[in-house]
Amino acid sequence: MSTDFFNIEGALSEEERAVRDSVRRFVDDRVLPIIGHCYVEGRFPRELIPEMAALGLFGANLPEEYGCAGLNNVSYGLIMQELERGDSGIRSFASVQGALVMYPVYAFGSEAQKRHYLPKMASGEIIGCFGLTEPDYGSNPSGMITTAREQGDGSYLLNGAKMWITNGSTAHAAIIWAKTGTDDTSIRGFIVPTDTKGFSAKDQKGKLSLRASDTSELVLQDVCVPKTALLPGTGGLKSPLMCLTQARYGISWGAIGAAMACYEEALAYSKNRVMFDRPIGGFQLQQLRLADMITEIVKAQLLSLHLGRLKDAGTFTPQQVSMAKRNNVDIATNIAREARRLLGANGILAEYSAMRHMENLESVYTYEGTHDIHTLILGQAVTGLNAFN
Amino acid sequence: MKIAVCIKRVPDTETRITIAPGGQSIVETGVKFILNPYDEFAVEAALQLKQAQGGEVVAISLGPDVVQETLRTALAMGADRAVQLKTDGNPYDTIAVASALAAELQSGGYDLILLGKMAIDDYNHAMAPALGELLGLPAVSAVSKLTIDGGKATAEREVEGGVEVVTFALPAVVSTDKGLNKPRLPTLPGIMAAKKKPMESKAAALGAAQVTVRTLTPPPERPAGRIVGEGAAAVPELVRLLQTEAKVL
Repeated sequence: MSTDFFNIEGALSEEERAVRDSVRRFVDDRVLPIIGHCYVEGRFPRELIPEMAALGLFGANLPEEYGCAGLNNVSYGLIMQELERGDSGIRSFASVQGALVMYPVYAFGSEAQKRHYLPKMASGEIIGCFGLTEPDYGSNPSGMITTAREQGDGSYLLNGAKMWITNGSTAHAAIIWAKTGTDDTSIRGFIVPTDTKGFSAKDQKGKLSLRASDTSELVLQDVCVPKTALLPGTGGLKSPLMCLTQARYGISWGAIGAAMACYEEALAYSKNRVMFDRPIGGFQLQQLRLADMITEIVKAQLLSLHLGRLKDAGTFTPQQVSMAKRNNVDIATNIAREARRLLGANGILAEYSAMRHMENLESVYTYEGTHDIHTLILGQAVTGLNAFN
Repeated sequence: MKIAVCIKRVPDTETRITIAPGGQSIVETGVKFILNPYDEFAVEAALQLKQAQGGEVVAISLGPDVVQETLRTALAMGADRAVQLKTDGNPYDTIAVASALAAELQSGGYDLILLGKMAIDDYNHAMAPALGELLGLPAVSAVSKLTIDGGKATAEREVEGGVEVVTFALPAVVSTDKGLNKPRLPTLPGIMAAKKKPMESKAAALGAAQVTVRTLTPPPERPAGRIVGEGAAAVPELVRLLQTEAKVL
């Protein structure tokens, strides 16, 4: 591919390349032909869920004993890269299912919960969503007002509302984070079947971004779940944040995929589009755009690849993940915008991908820790001083 | 049913080929190699037959150690085991390669030998007939539909202007064409499982080469497109050029 300017290919193992190539072909064959249309229609292509499951995309870095592929984290990152080369909505679906639903079941669930849920989630039989963010508590999740009150018989009664929930109206099960007491140390996670009485999901309408993705508002009104719905290993805000670290790692790779798609489209266009009797790629202004794009893509690739190696070695830190998410999404957002501009008037059409990626990436910039919050995380990491509040 | 699938490692169709100094081979550095697309139809056909009728699928490839990666692709798709017939380079001569494959296939007790109708690198179309001849088996090439019933097989071949239906007895050599099936992608668990499947490597008993590549030359650069005019007025000139210059009408 024209995006491999630094022979990253040579730094990948045969297995990592094979994984990347399979997902790449899936995206080329099944996602790219329909995604522009889905986006305009505002429809998540649910018909792809069984195929994605059959390919083994969900929770692919979790162990084989739970029905998952047991891949390393670099392979997992490459999956996210390829999916988002298709669309951020497709990647978001897989991110949520794997990193925000299957991961907490794996990390915090009882053995019985893991055996029950993980194989069914890997096979796509059970789709999940992750309910942390609330209408008034986004960057400050510790302020959440959703509660889980333990009843006399050991069951829990959940009340509250969650917002901006990817897969919310598709999901069969929701991982709901709620306070069992008053402060953020009492935050626990629950697996709530979405057909439980009192649980409702409503599509959020009017999105101008991530249009090929389900985004919902969840309302929990006296939702009663048995004690077995509690993820026993959860305790405090740290638990959902651990999930977010997993997802943000994947997002750092996903953003590269979106940037690659925009760059390749812009590069091909610049060679074919003739203006003033020559391909526009021959003009210095467009070459500056392309040179900046490929440079930032290579830097992002190296950042995420090394982060993946650190994650596989078990030595990565959440702050490193913040840096990668912050940088890669930021550069991808800029690349998408520059690619859109290079494409001229054609760039506003759904037939091309740049504007769709550009719009999607505005969400990715804001979700999973906003760009600004990651700035503060890095600021705190290097100064030791907290600038959050 | 025991099925052998002969597969080849070839440059990706999207690769930009450069000719190596000496003009007899291509530069392999930086080239992405894939499982020959026509062989993918053969692997898929073998896997479908195994799923329907049981048995074993063995992937066989001839070449240096890099072909093990291609063999692992077939294993990741679902083949049971793999055999590398090891050579130093990439031998070109069809009969030389066919002799080595036949020597391996002869002793394997296969009911069916599948392979792509051609490799997309050399376009020789010759391996299936050569194997049929060397093994003394029926050889059916470029099959777009295949039905196996007991020891009998029926195949459809797309011929000029129609379809030809042939019947033959097993064991047989069958080469596969587009339209036969839609090859599956290696799944991620399949890729992991492939690492644990048996991979045998043995020296290839290559026959003597009778054909050698003399020179390779890239195709001529395509001239830039040209706009002959606009609107209906340009049509006669366009038709004239398509007839006399492009010679496509």
